[in-house]
Amino acid sequence: MKLAIVDYGAGNLRSVVKAFDFIGQDCVITSSKDVINSCAGVVLPGVGAFREAANKLKAAGLWDHLKAEAKKGKALFGICLGMQLLFDGSTEFGYSEGLGLIEGSVDGIDTGGKPLKIPHIGWNTLLFNKKTALFEGMDYGTYVYFVHSFSAKTSDENVTAFTDYGVKTVASAEKKNVLGTQFHPEKSGEEGLKILRNFCNMVKHDNFTCN
Amino acid sequence: MLAKRIIPCLDINNGRVVKGTKFIHLRDVGDPASIAKEYNAQGADEIVFLDITASSEGRGTLLDVIERTASEVFLPVTVGGGIRTTDDIKEILRVGADKISVNSAAVKDETLVSRAADMFGSQCVVVAIDVKRVPSKNEYNGVFPSDFGTDIDDFHVVIHGGRTDTGINAVEWAKRVEKLGAGEILLTSMDTDGVKKGFDIEITKIISDAVSIPVIASGGCGSLEDFRDVFRETDASAALAASLFHFGELSVPQVKNYLKEQEIPVR
Repeated sequence: MKLAIVDYGAGNLRSVVKAFDFIGQDCVITSSKDVINSCAGVVLPGVGAFREAANKLKAAGLWDHLKAEAKKGKALFGICLGMQLLFDGSTEFGYSEGLGLIEGSVDGIDTGGKPLKIPHIGWNTLLFNKKTALFEGMDYGTYVYFVHSFSAKTSDENVTAFTDYGVKTVASAEKKNVLGTQFHPEKSGEEGLKILRNFCNMVKHDNFTCN
Repeated sequence: MLAKRIIPCLDINNGRVVKGTKFIHLRDVGDPASIAKEYNAQGADEIVFLDITASSEGRGTLLDVIERTASEVFLPVTVGGGIRTTDDIKEILRVGADKISVNSAAVKDETLVSRAADMFGSQCVVVAIDVKRVPSKNEYNGVFPSDFGTDIDDFHVVIHGGRTDTGINAVEWAKRVEKLGAGEILLTSMDTDGVKKGFDIEITKIISDAVSIPVIASGGCGSLEDFRDVFRETDASAALAASLFHFGELSVPQVKNYLKEQEIPVR
């Protein structure tokens, strides 16, 4: 089983690749549709701005392709900005359209008037909302590493875990074969590696039955 | 709830870890990648590499150290020291660092901060600010300055390891770099650094209150209580220490257990 790590010239893919290497998962950095087609699952990493990332994916000819592959049932795992791209759109620097694979939008973290530091940087707890194989063997309240200023707004039924940053914040979302984490599993130590292993198992056993 | 971060800092010279007291006397304590791995096992929340290598050959060694570390340590790694251009930044991120920190070069050309934020995103741009207390203007009135309480003009940005006073007001500079797109501030007090009598609570509080980005407190930590105090008395998001951890005076788990007892949220 092989994973495609989508290279669209944005973000630091290397750390994602290194983490998959470390857990012994075969993966390939690619911007080729053929390679993506030949892989069992796709990882969409990303740091930076939403609009720029969307434009780069479009320029690489991957935007519609990823949508089509995901709709056909291919596992697609977005990390951080990669997760945000899965939603309908974002209001970062004006509105930009997302991949529309999970209903919802991405807006600046709503601090509700509280004096919260933005970006939300650091280790925060996973508060599970729905059972998913992604968090198999993990405890409620496990710490993972976040870095973001924008966050997803979506129906609770798409949310697998929240985190508490003084305001309730979406930590991970999942809809059928499309899933994402706002935090960085590849930077979350041993627990993060466990999440990546769980994702590999989900792809291997086609276990996308989040409920 | 967001945890307060405990960050060991490794000063690196020619690919080896060293730590100076007030940046002058250096002692070699070993291989950075191995030490980073050990800190990972201990539960450190991030690792900072501060490169103090002067020679260009040494820079290559640094990149190798980062690459080896990033292959085995799955924590955020920040690299600072000697970064002058966006090409320097690109190279460091390419080999696996998550964030870079800029200091003197940002003071000399503040557009480095905005250009880096535009190119790589604010999340990876840390601006290191070294500050030093300067005599208050009030002393010219013949009244001892502390009778007034200190005011924000009492802290200047210093560069070159504290040897050059830029005359820039530290609080104004902190607000400025936030506007330019910095994602975090690494604040080091040159008055308390290496002295081990505690963080500079006053300037840490002033700056962490003045900006809305996270502030990492650095310089002067010598005891468990110092970690508690900086988190209780200021809005710092993280605390950084070097020699304290390197020479085994305190371990990361010891600090975290103590902070837990003190009801300060840690991972």
